[in-house]
Amino acid sequence: MNTATSTAAQAGLVACESCGLLSRPVNAALPGFCRRCGEALEFRRHRSIETTWALIIAAAICYIPANALPVLVTTTFGSPEDDTILGGVIYLYASGSWPLALIVLIASVMIPLGKLVALAYLLVSVQRGSVKSNRERTRLYRTVNLIGRWSMLDVFVATFTVALVQLQPLMSVTPGTGVLFFAAVVVLTMLAAESFDPRLIWDSASSRRARHD
Amino acid sequence: MNPRMVSAPIACPDCDLLQRVPPLPPAGRARCTRCGCTLAKQLAHPRDLPLALTIAAAIIFVIANTTPLMGLSVVGRTASTTILGGAYEMWLQGEQLTGALVGFCAVLAPAGYLLFMLTLLLATRRSPAPQWVGEILRWAHHFQLWSMLEVMMLGILVALIKIAELATVDAGIGMFAVGALLLLFPAIMVNFDMRDIWERVEWADGDIATPGAPATPAVQPMP
Repeated sequence: MNTATSTAAQAGLVACESCGLLSRPVNAALPGFCRRCGEALEFRRHRSIETTWALIIAAAICYIPANALPVLVTTTFGSPEDDTILGGVIYLYASGSWPLALIVLIASVMIPLGKLVALAYLLVSVQRGSVKSNRERTRLYRTVNLIGRWSMLDVFVATFTVALVQLQPLMSVTPGTGVLFFAAVVVLTMLAAESFDPRLIWDSASSRRARHD
Repeated sequence: MNPRMVSAPIACPDCDLLQRVPPLPPAGRARCTRCGCTLAKQLAHPRDLPLALTIAAAIIFVIANTTPLMGLSVVGRTASTTILGGAYEMWLQGEQLTGALVGFCAVLAPAGYLLFMLTLLLATRRSPAPQWVGEILRWAHHFQLWSMLEVMMLGILVALIKIAELATVDAGIGMFAVGALLLLFPAIMVNFDMRDIWERVEWADGDIATPGAPATPAVQPMP
C-alpha cells in the first residue's frame, strides 16, 4: 500500500455517519455536530466494542431458551404437543420436504449461531489489534449485516401457523415461550451488528503503519 | 453533476480511508480501493425513478395489507388471515411482544419506509430541499433495516407447506401483492442514491448547499 493512503481520523477529519460529510473539528475530544445534517459527530461509534459485547452476550443467553423451549404448541383433539425449533426442522425433514427443512435449519440455527461466532471473532480480533485479513473481516461484517434478518424466518413461520390453524375444537396451534426468546436473539444480534464499527478493523493497521513511517 | 462536487474527498464508511471519487460514467459505481465498500453511484434518474417505484409500491402495499393473504379450509371450516391479522393473533395468544415485533417488521417498518421515501423524494424535487428532509432520510434508513417483507414471504411459504398436509390452503390476492412488493422494494433501494439527496439538502448551520460550492470547506488538499 502506498504512503498516500490515510484515514479520515489520521487526517483529523470526521466523516458524519449519517450524511458522510467530512468535517475538521477544532477540538478532537468534542467533535460537535455535523454542519450539514446536525448529527452528533464521532470519530468511531461510541463504546462500540463494549456495546456489541453486551448485546451478543445477551443474545447468546437468549439463544438457549430459544432452542430449549417450544415455539409452537399444537393441540389436536385436546392433546397438546410441543414443537421446538429443531423439532420443526425434523418434522419438515421427516414429512419429505428436505429443501424446506434445510432453509429453516440455515435460517433458524446456523445464521444466529454464525452471527454470534462471527461478531465475537471480529471483536476479539479488533481487541487483539490484528492487522491480518482486514478485507476479509470487513466482508464478514457486511455479510453478517446482510443475512442477519433472515433468522427472523421462524418467528414469521410461527406467527402465520398460529394465525391460520385456529380450528377449535378440531385443532389449534398456540405460540410457545420459545418464540419470544428466539425473536429476542434476532433483535439483539441485529442491534449488535449495528453497534459494531467496521472501521475499528482497519485502525490497528493504520496506527501500526503510522508508527513505522 | 458538477465535477468539483464529485472529486471532493470522502471517507469510506466501512474503513475510513480518504479517497477521491472520479467522475463516474452513467450507471457507474465507485468502490473503496481498500475494503471494496460501494462509495458512490451515478444514476440516470436519481429521484424520478425511485419516486415512481415508491408510488407503485405504496399502492400495492395497501392491497397487500387489506386483502387476505391466504385461506384455509378443512372439513367445511374455513379460516383466512391478513398480515396484521397474523400479528394480532399472536398478540391474542399471549405473545404480545412477538406480535408487536411481527407487526413492526412486516407492516409498520415497510409502511414507514415507503411513507418517508415518498415524502423526501417529493420534497427534494426542488433544490435546496428543506432541512427536515435529512431527518426523514435518517428515519427511512432505519425503517429499511427492519422491514422484512422478503423474510415474511418465505416464512409464509414454510407455514403453508406445513399446514398443507392438514388442510387445503389457497393463496389470496394479498399473497400476490406481497410477491410484487418483493420486486419493488429492492428496485427502490437500487435506484436510490442517498448522497444525491444529501447534496440537495439545506445545511443545518444555515448555509445552502449550492451546486459547485465545495462540499467540505474544512478539507485540505490530499497529500
